[in-house]
Amino acid sequence: MAIANQLKRVDFIFNNENDWEKVLSSSIKKKPQDLINELISSELKGRGGAGFPTGIKWKLAAEAKNDSKYIICNADEGEPGTFKDREILSKVPYKVLTAMAICGYITGAKEGFIYLRGEYKFLQTELQKAIDEFQYYCKEIKFDFSITIFMGSGAYICGEETALMESMEGKRGEPRNKPPFPTQNGYLDKPTVINNVETLVHTFTIFKYGAKKFYDLGVQYSRGTKLFSVSGDTPKPGIYELELGMSLQDFVYEFGDGDTKAVQVGGASGFLVPRKKFKDAAIGFKGKLTGISLPTGGSMMLFNSSRSMYNVLDNYLEFFREESCGQCTPCRVGCQQLLLGIKAVKRGEKPASYLEKLLRLTETMQLTAKCGLGQSVANSFSSIVENFQEEMIY
Amino acid sequence: MANTINVSINGFPVELEKGKTILEAAGKLGITIPTLCYHKDLCVAGNCRVCVVEVVGQARLSASCATPCEEGMEILTNSLKVRNSRKHIIELLLAEHNADCTKCYRNGNCELQKLSSEYKIMTQEFIELAPLKKYSIDMFSPSIIKDDSKCIRCQRCVRTCAELQGVNALTVAHKGDKMRITTFFEKAMRDVVCTNCGQCVNHCPTGALVEKNYIEEVWEAIANPIKHVVVQTAPAVRIGLGEELGLPPGSRVTGQMVSALKRLGFDSVLDTDFTADLTIMEEGTELLTRLKKVLVDHDETVKLPMATSCSPGWIKYIEHMYPQYLDNLSTCKSPQQMFGALVKTYYAKARNIDPENIVSVSIMPCTAKKFEAYRPEMHDSGFRDVDYVLTTRELAILIKQAGLDFNKLEPAKFDRLMGDSTGAGVIFGATGGVMEAALRTAYELVTGREVPFKNLNIEPVRGMEGIRETSIKIENPLKEWAFLDGVELKCAVAHGLVNAKTVMDTVKSGTSNYHFIEFMACPGGCLGGGGQPIPTSPEIRKKRAEAIYAEDGALTIRKSHENPEVQKLYRDFLKHPLSEVSHHLLHTKYTKRERY
Repeated sequence: MAIANQLKRVDFIFNNENDWEKVLSSSIKKKPQDLINELISSELKGRGGAGFPTGIKWKLAAEAKNDSKYIICNADEGEPGTFKDREILSKVPYKVLTAMAICGYITGAKEGFIYLRGEYKFLQTELQKAIDEFQYYCKEIKFDFSITIFMGSGAYICGEETALMESMEGKRGEPRNKPPFPTQNGYLDKPTVINNVETLVHTFTIFKYGAKKFYDLGVQYSRGTKLFSVSGDTPKPGIYELELGMSLQDFVYEFGDGDTKAVQVGGASGFLVPRKKFKDAAIGFKGKLTGISLPTGGSMMLFNSSRSMYNVLDNYLEFFREESCGQCTPCRVGCQQLLLGIKAVKRGEKPASYLEKLLRLTETMQLTAKCGLGQSVANSFSSIVENFQEEMIY
Repeated sequence: MANTINVSINGFPVELEKGKTILEAAGKLGITIPTLCYHKDLCVAGNCRVCVVEVVGQARLSASCATPCEEGMEILTNSLKVRNSRKHIIELLLAEHNADCTKCYRNGNCELQKLSSEYKIMTQEFIELAPLKKYSIDMFSPSIIKDDSKCIRCQRCVRTCAELQGVNALTVAHKGDKMRITTFFEKAMRDVVCTNCGQCVNHCPTGALVEKNYIEEVWEAIANPIKHVVVQTAPAVRIGLGEELGLPPGSRVTGQMVSALKRLGFDSVLDTDFTADLTIMEEGTELLTRLKKVLVDHDETVKLPMATSCSPGWIKYIEHMYPQYLDNLSTCKSPQQMFGALVKTYYAKARNIDPENIVSVSIMPCTAKKFEAYRPEMHDSGFRDVDYVLTTRELAILIKQAGLDFNKLEPAKFDRLMGDSTGAGVIFGATGGVMEAALRTAYELVTGREVPFKNLNIEPVRGMEGIRETSIKIENPLKEWAFLDGVELKCAVAHGLVNAKTVMDTVKSGTSNYHFIEFMACPGGCLGGGGQPIPTSPEIRKKRAEAIYAEDGALTIRKSHENPEVQKLYRDFLKHPLSEVSHHLLHTKYTKRERY
């Protein structure tokens, strides 16, 4: 994919002109089909990490025939190293609520839910106030759409959309088999649109300014901007809205501490890029898994040369071992094997060649795990083990 | 056009109905895809991932049990990618599983072991997890042993307990490496709502859930010269046992079974069918008495509908779930327990044996019977009425250990005194059987005529529908039953506790007006019991049911009240149904239990 020329800071998301009422009331005067077309032409892709085209998702749900449909805002922000959704919900909640309502208008859903991460309970009161005011306005303009907060309980896996729905239905948070997909059989088996908080905010931008303004930013296959949660060995940690398609080189130049050894793009389930590959790596969708482009939910963790990559991997694997729902074999047993395996190699109980066996195991996990969690453990494992093999052994 | 689609599997085309899965498509072509979490009785889980296949053009593999076929799909079930992944998954399961196969109760009939053998997993390259986790084995239940070290987390037991039984004693707890199958608050199986039905045992692919076996205890009793060891065999054992000994489902092996039991050294081989007939006499009379008290005396303390009480899984279920309806249960003990109480009284007296020296063993298609025999109220003979309960599977083990060539055994006959059986007693083994047997007797008792069904076959109560209803109108009854003239006797049959729940809820809400309901805890009734051969499936249970009805049809006496030994029992010992002796030995009380 193309790489953008330079790092460009943008300010769509947190720039608050407090005009949500106008955006809502003018949007629901338009034809749903026109709104969908606008969204599709923006080429917005889901910002939770998987990158499914948002317009297509809404279209599928709009076309699904059912008396009840639902809109869910996925605010179970659990990926290690991301903290952007928290900021969106506390700074510009009305944009999220408006986007949900417009989505409801387009698809025919009358009910929306915000699945709020258990650890974000402190946001609940303020968010509820915003919802109350929002509902009041909806009533005023005689627009029928309700929004309810559903509190999560702290399981990482419940950020997976179908596990999230199971959790909302009062069941154990375990991913479902796909197909069927949520746009057909979602919450309570009804057609459901489920979007990440940030994705919804981008739709607000698109409905406000039109698709072109969004589309003109970014590069081919990766249009628009994205929020990045920058953390680790950086002098300026925080949340930044940047144009997609930037090279990792530029990113590190801007945010690194001058001694950046590697960047973990996309959190524990993402990829680790070593210094020698910064130049070739770009942030965006499409492309090979470890190659040139790196899709991300927005977590950017910088590591300088004082960090042991073995410890980093050990930490991720411990996280996955615990946060796997435990339902499918490759993920449940695989995560345990990977963690115990690297420990055994480090202690010299297993030969260095055992790492090869573990790499093949991650391939199987990627091919066979039931959901994105088990499938993506391979990302960090293989990118760390392959690039920092010595650190794993000695 | 709309209802069929075409796919290709390993290059071979197959046409099939829309909505069918890849697994079903492969089955149609005669290709077996290995499965572990999949079971024909249960909803699809798609969590073991052993059944993955490659769909050409897709980056990831698909679980064939959970993926519906789509037009034009090219499926590979044995590509290198599939094989390598599948082998990896089996290796992972073996690394997690306590693979000490030689010391496992399911050695030889374990689905994981079979897969491991098929894929020739000869070494363990991964790190063994079972020794790292400090598993404890739950052996407190008199029926079921739960060993988590052998669990592969397929959740078949959880789905069985929820979907087939509606009990939800087993559930999934924790996540990640700590995820396991457990009970409410991780209590012992003994202390939760578990009905001991053993369906989880029947559906477990490995040795994580097995029956508590009493094989050594029985051998010891047989070897003890002082002890007189009596064995009774339940109706469903004779049509199930063959499967454990290499015969196809539905094989009728009554004669060989009796012969084998004699060769094993039991002193007397008797038939639970005898007390099944006795149950009909007691329970039928109880029903008619209740009808009289309700219809004529308007006695409000007497409850209708009357529910059967033969199935100990059902009894424990109603004690937990509907304790306010215990008065609706027939007070009759199950045939096993009637038998036990009579063996140490009637039989002991007739044979002049000190009851203290009698060891009473029963062979049951059931694990809940083990719990039933262990109940404190089951000591009416002055001793424990039934000492040891073995499942059909355990009997097969005895036969194998004794080195008997089952197929070469000359059929033999049950011993006398409590060995006579009618067709009515035999069909107790199938869902609807108790109802049919009761109607055959009660109708004739009341009207003096046979039930108005061809060949005595009451077809409406047969079959595998979860809940079945029928009604019989009573016309021109005998003088003493005149109050029943014109009464339409409404009956229902439910099998599988999830169906029992549906029926009980209609009773609770007052939307049904049944007089008599037969409840069986297990799908298919006793023939699908938790102590029957593994595997089980709807097709297998259907074959077993056909065998049961064939047994019934082949017998000359097919009505309980015509059982000559039962008649003799009443003449010599009990006097009449619901007599004082009957009440003491053959009837029981129930215990209210909590759900948690």
